[in-house]
This record gives sequence, structure tokens and C-alpha cells, in this order.
Amino acid sequence: MSRQREGVLLFWSSLLLGLLLMVIALPEALRPWRPFWLGLLVIYWSLEAPERMGMGRAFGLGLVADVLVGTLAGEHAFRLVAMAFIVLRFRARMRFFPMWQETLAVLAILLNDSLLTLMLRSFVGATVVDWRYWLAPLVAALLWPWWFLMLDDLRRRSRPREASS
Amino acid sequence: MPPSVDSAPLFAEQASGSLRLIGYLALAAALMTADYRSAALVAVRAYAQNLSAPAYWLATAPVRLARSLRDASAERLELVKENAALREQLLRAQAGLTQSGPLQEENSRLRELLDARARLHLQAQLVELVEVDLGLYRHRLLLDLGSASGVAVGQAVMDAHGLIGQVSRADLDHAEVILITDPGHAVPVRVVRNDLRAVAYGSGEVDRLELPYIPFSADIRAGDELVTSGLGGHFPAGIPVATVTQVRGDDSATFAIAEATPNAGLTRGNQVLLLSQIADPPPPPATAADAPASAPEPQP
Repeated sequence: MSRQREGVLLFWSSLLLGLLLMVIALPEALRPWRPFWLGLLVIYWSLEAPERMGMGRAFGLGLVADVLVGTLAGEHAFRLVAMAFIVLRFRARMRFFPMWQETLAVLAILLNDSLLTLMLRSFVGATVVDWRYWLAPLVAALLWPWWFLMLDDLRRRSRPREASS
Repeated sequence: MPPSVDSAPLFAEQASGSLRLIGYLALAAALMTADYRSAALVAVRAYAQNLSAPAYWLATAPVRLARSLRDASAERLELVKENAALREQLLRAQAGLTQSGPLQEENSRLRELLDARARLHLQAQLVELVEVDLGLYRHRLLLDLGSASGVAVGQAVMDAHGLIGQVSRADLDHAEVILITDPGHAVPVRVVRNDLRAVAYGSGEVDRLELPYIPFSADIRAGDELVTSGLGGHFPAGIPVATVTQVRGDDSATFAIAEATPNAGLTRGNQVLLLSQIADPPPPPATAADAPASAPEPQP
């Protein structure tokens, strides 16, 4: 039972870390490069452990993010639910992609998310973005292989001496 | 652990997935609408925001650590230099104050003569910023003080150099400030040199304001200082806002647009001044004319 608890610990602490990374202050020059960590987390967990991260939890996580960042209640929830849905729908295929293909799929999901964000914000008021807006999804997609391997490794460590899942 | 549910993706399952997606998206959309259109969620938010205080504390820990490390490791020479620079600044500021003393006296005399009601009493409070990032294109800051300490929506926020923005949401222990550079923000300004009035809109870039719809005949040029005009009653008059950098024709070639750079450091600094609200905005002139006893006889 302890291995399961450790897996749970990893899951929740990764979400907490993702929330913190989202609001942590960066030097001005680095700000456009900040990846959407919560999005990467939702993609990873719904891809690898859909019993842990379904649309319901993505929604809840989004609401917490909305309170933390001060966006309209529901904005992040909307985005993360959409992400979780796409991953869950194509999960069976995505899991057997080679890494580069999976990375491209992640990039597509993140770009879709950026578009969705622009759309949601334009309903509320004027939003002006420049080309740097599209840096963040690119950076996030480039980070994806390492992110994936790191989380996979941590997850494997958290359940020692289990030959097969 | 039960076998994962996706081992045999059936059509029925996919359909129910789509249904749940639609349900969640509709719920999120309803929440956003409620939050945007009505004040129903304000109370909920004010309390929910309280729970995020520890998260803010954790998220700002690296910044605080970096700052204390820098302070601890700063060379003595640097500190001495900084001290000297600050001393000089203080001297200049004091010189400026004494210089403006006679002007202020004269001004107040004139005001008394005019029996003006609205007198500029700026009351300001030094407030710490919570150094978290609220999004690159959102033009927001977070104050470490909320409605529990009397912060109210609409209060002007400035730093030593000029106007930063105004409070757009006040939770119990935090308040959100909308910057003057937000594309949804506008502030009435006047040119110091000749009292030309205009409205400065945020451009969405952190270092640029736009003053559209200026007649080509208007006398405004690069280098002009802009201060708040006090019209509209949102901001006290006379706060420095921006410096005009260039004037060009707009797309329709009917009006000129002036571009200006905000004076305040919108992306740096960790303390700001929160101005207390103007007690009573000057009454519309119509009310004075309505009073029968004191109204002067209209010209025949």
C-alpha cells in the first residue's frame, strides 16, 4: 500500500509544484518563455494515469489556478478540461507514438490551447499579444521529452521492485 | 488497482466522454459569464483567495531568497555608492519641494479666491507588491493588502515616478491592480506645457501608451509631459503619467496618434504608493446654477 501512497504523493506534489511554477516571478527577459506547466502536467497524467487525471480533476485544478492567478473563474478550467479530453480521446494512439511524434502531438495540443486562450480572453476584453505569445507552447513542446522521462522515472522510483504494471 | 478503463475504447465510452466534455465546458463557460457579468462570485473569490496566501508565500520565496543573498553579499563599496546616490536624490527632491513651495502657496490663495471645493490632498500609503507573475499579457500586479485593510476598487496606484494603475479587484488580503498599459485601460491626461487634454489608452505593451483622436492642429510633440487631468474623478489631478515619444497620423489619416512612455517603472520595484480615494468629486456645475439664492442673475 505504501507504494501506492507514494505515487499519490508524487501526483499531488507535482500539481502543487506546477501551480507554483505558474506564478513564480521570472526576470523580464525570461517571462515569454515560461511554459504552461499545468498543461504539461495534465497531458502527462491523463496520458499515463487516466484513473488519476480525468476531466473532473482537470476542471478542479483549473479552478484553483484561476483563483491563484486571478483570471475569470473557469478560464483555466476550460483550457485544462479541453486538453484532458483531447489526450484521453487519442490516448490509445499517442502512447505508442515514438517520442518525436508524441512531442509533435503535444505541440499541437499546446498551440490549440494558446488559440483557445486568446479566444476566451477576447470575449472578455481587449487582449493584445505579439509574436512572443507563441514562444511558450514551443518551449513547452521542446521540454516535453525531458519532462516525460523525468516524471516517468520519478514514478518508477516511487514503486520499487514492481516488474510489470 | 482496477485495470485501466481505456483498454478497449468503445463507441459508447467515447460518446459519454464527449458528453462529459460538453458538460464541463458548459460549466466553465457559465462560471466565466457569472464572474464577468455579475458580482455573484466576488464573495466566494474573496475567501478562496485567502487560501492562496500560502501559495504566494511559497512562490515568492525564491525572490526573497535572491534579494537577501544579494543584500548580504553586496560589497560595502556598492552600498556606500548607493547611499550617496540616494542622498543626492533626496536632496534634489527636497530642493524641488522648496521650489514648489511658493507656487503651492500661490495656488492655494487662488483656489481660495475661486472658492474651489476640491483641494488636492493626496494621502498615500506604501504597499508591498506580492512578486508573483499573473500572466505576461494581463498587465496586472498583486498588492499585499486587501479589502480587510480598506483597499477599494478604483484607488489609484503610483510609484515615485508616476501613475501605475488602479485597483481592479480587492480580495480580503490581496488586491489586483490593472496597469495603465492594459489595452482595456484609459486615463484622462493633459499636457503640462499647454493644458491640452487627451485620453491615454493602454497599448498592450509594457512601455507604450497611445493617445488617439488628436486633431492634427493640436500642439503636442515628442518630449511633452503628460499628467492626470483629474477629469472623470477617478484619479487625482496632477500625477505624472507618461512622456510623449512620437506623434504620427493614424490609419485613417484624419487624426493624429501620440505615443507615450509611462514614467512609472511598471515592471520593476517591489513597493508602490496606494492613493486614498478622492473624498468627493467636484459637483457638476449645473447644481451651482440651480441653487436659487446664491445664483447670480442671468444676463438678459
